[in-house]
Amino acid sequence: MTTRAVAPSGLRKALTGHMAKYIYRRILIFIPTILIMSAVIFFIIQLPPGDYASSYIASLKAEGNVVDATTLNELRNRFGLDEAWYVQYFKWMRNIVTRFDFGYSFEQAQDVWTIVAPLLPMTIAVSLITMLFTYLVGIPLGIYSAVHQYSVGDYVLTTIGFLGMAVPNFLFAILIMFGTYIWTGTAFIGLFSKEMSLAIQSGTMQWYECFSYSDFWSRLLVPVIVIGTSGTCGTLRSMRAQMLDELGCQYVLCARAKGVSERRIIYKYCLRAALNPTVSGLSGSLASVFSGSTISAIVMNLQIVGPTLYNALKSQDMYLAGTILLVMGFLICVGTLLSDIMLAWLDPRIRFTERSVE
Amino acid sequence: MTDRQQQKLLKKQEKARRKEEKYYLASQWTLMARKLTKHKLARVSLAILGIFYVVALFGGFFAPYGLESYDASYKDTAPTQIHFRHEGEWYGPFVYKLSMQRDPVTYKKVFMEDTTTPYRLQFFVQGEPYRILGLIPGNIHLFGAEGGAKVMLFGSDSLGRDMLSRIILGSQISLTIPFAGTFISFILGLLIGSASGYFGGKVDAVIQRVIEVLNSLPSIPLWMALSAAIPPEISVTQKYLLITVILSLLGWTGLARVVRGKFMSMKNEDYVLAARLAGVSDFKIIVKHLIPGFMSYLIVTLTLGIPGMIIGETSMSFLGLGISSPATSWGVLLKDAQNIANIANYPWRLIPLFFVVIAVLAFNFLGDGIRDAADPYK
Repeated sequence: MTTRAVAPSGLRKALTGHMAKYIYRRILIFIPTILIMSAVIFFIIQLPPGDYASSYIASLKAEGNVVDATTLNELRNRFGLDEAWYVQYFKWMRNIVTRFDFGYSFEQAQDVWTIVAPLLPMTIAVSLITMLFTYLVGIPLGIYSAVHQYSVGDYVLTTIGFLGMAVPNFLFAILIMFGTYIWTGTAFIGLFSKEMSLAIQSGTMQWYECFSYSDFWSRLLVPVIVIGTSGTCGTLRSMRAQMLDELGCQYVLCARAKGVSERRIIYKYCLRAALNPTVSGLSGSLASVFSGSTISAIVMNLQIVGPTLYNALKSQDMYLAGTILLVMGFLICVGTLLSDIMLAWLDPRIRFTERSVE
Repeated sequence: MTDRQQQKLLKKQEKARRKEEKYYLASQWTLMARKLTKHKLARVSLAILGIFYVVALFGGFFAPYGLESYDASYKDTAPTQIHFRHEGEWYGPFVYKLSMQRDPVTYKKVFMEDTTTPYRLQFFVQGEPYRILGLIPGNIHLFGAEGGAKVMLFGSDSLGRDMLSRIILGSQISLTIPFAGTFISFILGLLIGSASGYFGGKVDAVIQRVIEVLNSLPSIPLWMALSAAIPPEISVTQKYLLITVILSLLGWTGLARVVRGKFMSMKNEDYVLAARLAGVSDFKIIVKHLIPGFMSYLIVTLTLGIPGMIIGETSMSFLGLGISSPATSWGVLLKDAQNIANIANYPWRLIPLFFVVIAVLAFNFLGDGIRDAADPYK
């Protein structure tokens, strides 16, 4: 394979010309999006009537405990629990921006960030591995399906594709857990083995060290399949449709007439064009991975943010729930930003035209 | 060639020409319907969905038992066996009553058939009273067994309630929430999308930002957050409405984008300019000239949005954040399948899953069929 000689100058151009302008503009849009999003999230999580501090005091008193009025007043002042929601929101935002303080979890009596931070690496790792799985499996199968249209393989893949999109994540999780229980005698629960989770809790092992154990990877496989199946099937379907559209284009006929090899036609021309919607759907698929992982993690008891969010919502632990939602939204926005930049790099038309983001 | 033959031939040609003419004169909708009926999967899906909705509508009649009716001696029974031969002789479809025993070794519950007396299955039996649509009273059920024997085709739950009846009555919620939600999304998407596309400028910028924000939020966590805000003491009807609204809050964005895009490309068309010059009001231009132009796209987007709402409702109810007893839905039923011991001992708890999958698949296929039918270039 020969590399294109124009690549370095193209890259330099990309960093100064239209591409740079495009990136600056995208980053400028990124900030208000995050701000609006945080306001929406805060509005939603403060919807349940009453605040946790009051119910907390009530439950403490009911149990006959002595309530330390000063700490509670401190809490109330810190978050402005008696004030209107937008005042509370501003206080929350100010604390996040100035002190990186995401608030206090009343339920777990800890700062939110100390609860969320240890869960984040694994959440991001599981999500990224799932997305990788989605694309590594979905794209090749989609290409195969399109190139071998109406073959037995295509029909099998189409059937699997539709079924995979139709089975809700959490039920798929149950089915797989049931399957592993029948075949191996032990149900699949959790990402870490008992020894591993003990080691992580006691601090003798860092979270990233688990990647060097084959046991962890085999445990990771199940959630990745569970969370990634619907995305994989979606990618497969859209890839097949796009490839078929491209293969029917005039330029393919022209290339064939000129004697270009079929391989080259597929991988050099059609695939590049057909990848566009998949790349632009990158952030959407990150959103659906978060969405699917939340509910699957609750069913399968994975050590990621999903179950924590669920419990926080059920006990109206608003800052914890809000922070998890905010982090998810933030990551998805970053994903959107990256995919937009990647798309602009892939498809020059986007850099030059005022796109729908305007 | 005789005159007669010639006349026949002419008639035939005339007929063919008429048919062709009809094809060219046919409205967009007639063409779409014609193409849709040619799409095999879409046709089958439409039939299945038709059956589902008819059964849901007349749920009280099709369900052999009521939603809450239970039989304490029939807890966790497997699907009832239907027999045809009694003591070696043909008897027609019938069932036996069950009696519960304990396994002397494992102490597990075992149900034994009492094979002394057969109970015939009958159609149109009298049973528990119900009201169709809450209005028309009745007490005739499609089928049942004589003499108070129980027919539980899909087994029973831990309280001794018939699963089939609960699946049918649950479908009244599981299948209507997506419809109601789609309707709300449709109105929201149409209004907001057309405002965004027609006025452009600042209105458009704000609306686009809001859509971007909503799209950047993962759907299930957001639905969870919103459902968690529903106070627990409200009535079933209110809860139903709230869940519907929650599901549709995220559903309108895709539609609004489609509408906006279409508006942008169509508002500069000559016929719109002509209408404007003729003094037609903005509202009338939108309703009469613009919306019919992309109605088919809207229907495709809507149909393809329904499966997501079915899964959304099922997931919420499954997590205990959506519909809850006394009402039931497929998600509520699947809650019983949450742990493995339950599935291993009572595999029929998974039956509602098949209904969810079939409904989702059918809507997907139907949506695909409509999309193909709506595409004029195919």
